[in-house]
Amino acid sequence: MTSIAAAGATPLIGPSIERPSRAREIRNAIPTDLIWTSFFAAVVPLVWILYTVITKGLSLLLSSTWWLESQRGITVRHVGGGAYHAIVGTLLQATVTALISVPIAIFTAVYLVEYGRGRLARAVSFMVDILTGIPSIVAALFIYALWVTTLGLDRAGFSVSLALVLLMLPVVVRSTEEMLRLVPNELREASYALGVPKWKTISRVVIPTAFSGIVTGVLLGLARVIGETAPLLILGPYTKEINFNLFSGNMAALPTMINWDRTQSLQPAVDRTWAAALTLILLVLLLNIAGRVIARFSRV
Amino acid sequence: MTTTTGMPDFDEHVAYQPLVGTGRRGDQVFSGLARGSGILVVALVAAVGAFLLIEAIPALLKNRANFLFDRVWDLDDPAAPKFGIPDLLWATVAIAMIAMAIAVPLAIGVALFLTNYAPTRVARPFAYVVDLLAAVPSIIYGLWGIKVLLPYSRDVQGFLSSTLGWIPLFKDAGVSQGTLFLAGVVLAIMILPIVTAISREVFAQTPPAHKEGALALGATRWEMIRTAVLPYGRAGVISAAMLGLGRALGETIAITIIVSQVAGFNFSIFNGGQTFASKIANNAAEFDSPTKTGAFIAAGLVLFVLTFVVNAVARIVIERRKAFTE
Repeated sequence: MTSIAAAGATPLIGPSIERPSRAREIRNAIPTDLIWTSFFAAVVPLVWILYTVITKGLSLLLSSTWWLESQRGITVRHVGGGAYHAIVGTLLQATVTALISVPIAIFTAVYLVEYGRGRLARAVSFMVDILTGIPSIVAALFIYALWVTTLGLDRAGFSVSLALVLLMLPVVVRSTEEMLRLVPNELREASYALGVPKWKTISRVVIPTAFSGIVTGVLLGLARVIGETAPLLILGPYTKEINFNLFSGNMAALPTMINWDRTQSLQPAVDRTWAAALTLILLVLLLNIAGRVIARFSRV
Repeated sequence: MTTTTGMPDFDEHVAYQPLVGTGRRGDQVFSGLARGSGILVVALVAAVGAFLLIEAIPALLKNRANFLFDRVWDLDDPAAPKFGIPDLLWATVAIAMIAMAIAVPLAIGVALFLTNYAPTRVARPFAYVVDLLAAVPSIIYGLWGIKVLLPYSRDVQGFLSSTLGWIPLFKDAGVSQGTLFLAGVVLAIMILPIVTAISREVFAQTPPAHKEGALALGATRWEMIRTAVLPYGRAGVISAAMLGLGRALGETIAITIIVSQVAGFNFSIFNGGQTFASKIANNAAEFDSPTKTGAFIAAGLVLFVLTFVVNAVARIVIERRKAFTE
């Protein structure tokens, strides 16, 4: 009897909702602090790296010679010259990589979304995942075995591009695939209802709708491969001279330019290393930001 | 729906889409191109394995040492090369493990921060900042590691080896330049964004009903995370860690720059060494005879198989989780 009266005396709302006990509050507070700390621990390296590269590399980038001249005839003791040869090489190789990998990647994504069913589609999807995980040095060794050992050709800018294709393909396939899946089915159905054949529906309705997303994927893919160094070490020996020919002669690229001078201790070489690093970072960030801006302003 | 974790859902449009098209020439050509590209991707991966195997086998047959167990690498005599991988395997695995030990807990913390602690207005730009970490080329991490981080890591190494030096793993190896430990730390920063991105995706997918249920029962925020978010995301986090591991095993240039090559071998993480990838990169200029090239390609083949297995396991874990949650 008394217990019922006591229970009745306590209102059901308000005071009966207790704060967690002291021990539970502490057990809540510790992980909370750790999680906040972990976030700042993750941001510190990024800021630190950007700060280092900018402070050490900026001065050379401000002069026009950096963008207009090569390193021809300039030794580690000399100040001067620019990164034109390496920028040209990097951009040429990246363009060829994109020209080869983008059509294959888009058709693969179209296959996975619009055509693929059953075993083959599963195999393709799995292999795209495996390709995502292939180390760049393994891709480079594969192209070396194909290009140099089997076909007997010389190492050249084009062989670097072939290795980069392997690394860029999965990135573009996955992002294109995702974009194609976002295209509403009503659009496809409306097109079929008008008697438009399937291939025209895909090429005139589905792909244009997803276009900006596909461009974003391509830019992010390019940003990934442009900084790859391992394929260049195996397939693209460095040169200090300008070379526009992708099929013969050594061709410089920004990563190999960094790699060339990085062990030197003389100041001109050290400055050039950091300046080349900053140029590379700027290029990658530009592609990244462009990709994300396009994605942001034109959602499917 | 998801970028990195998503295996596509094949039955999505099956009910209302003509699969074969109309049989017109345009349809045949287009579907042929699409199918051909898909087959090309499968063929590419198969070709990578096949070519590496073809190049490696002659060298492996000539090898006078046991490839898996002998700690030698002597290719000077092309008729009788001796090469084995245990040293490379140790350095590769040691660096990857250090990187994982640092990056995985940190990434889980960052992912939880972005999904459960930070206000949405803050979480978006912060997530973007973490993604930018992934965009920085690895050669720049390497450069930064050896030129900027090295003095700091010496202090940490000095402290660790003086307090825990009785464990062989932490014994001072007398290496003043880049060590496996420093490479592991830099690699941890490099794989952090991948592990974070995937963990964030799975944490964000936790059903709101689970979270609200926990909170309604009086759970504190941490108790809610422990009882609702973490169990839901466990498989996703494991596969995220595996993908990070795959990346760590294959990283080349950052490790080539950072880790100094040493003659002696011991089981200390404060020693130098070479991984599969850095061994190949360091000797890229020496690919002059088929036997030499073959030896390095054999090392590359082992790396390919390692990353293949790690990635495949990660994907299978994601698949099973997907089947379970749907």
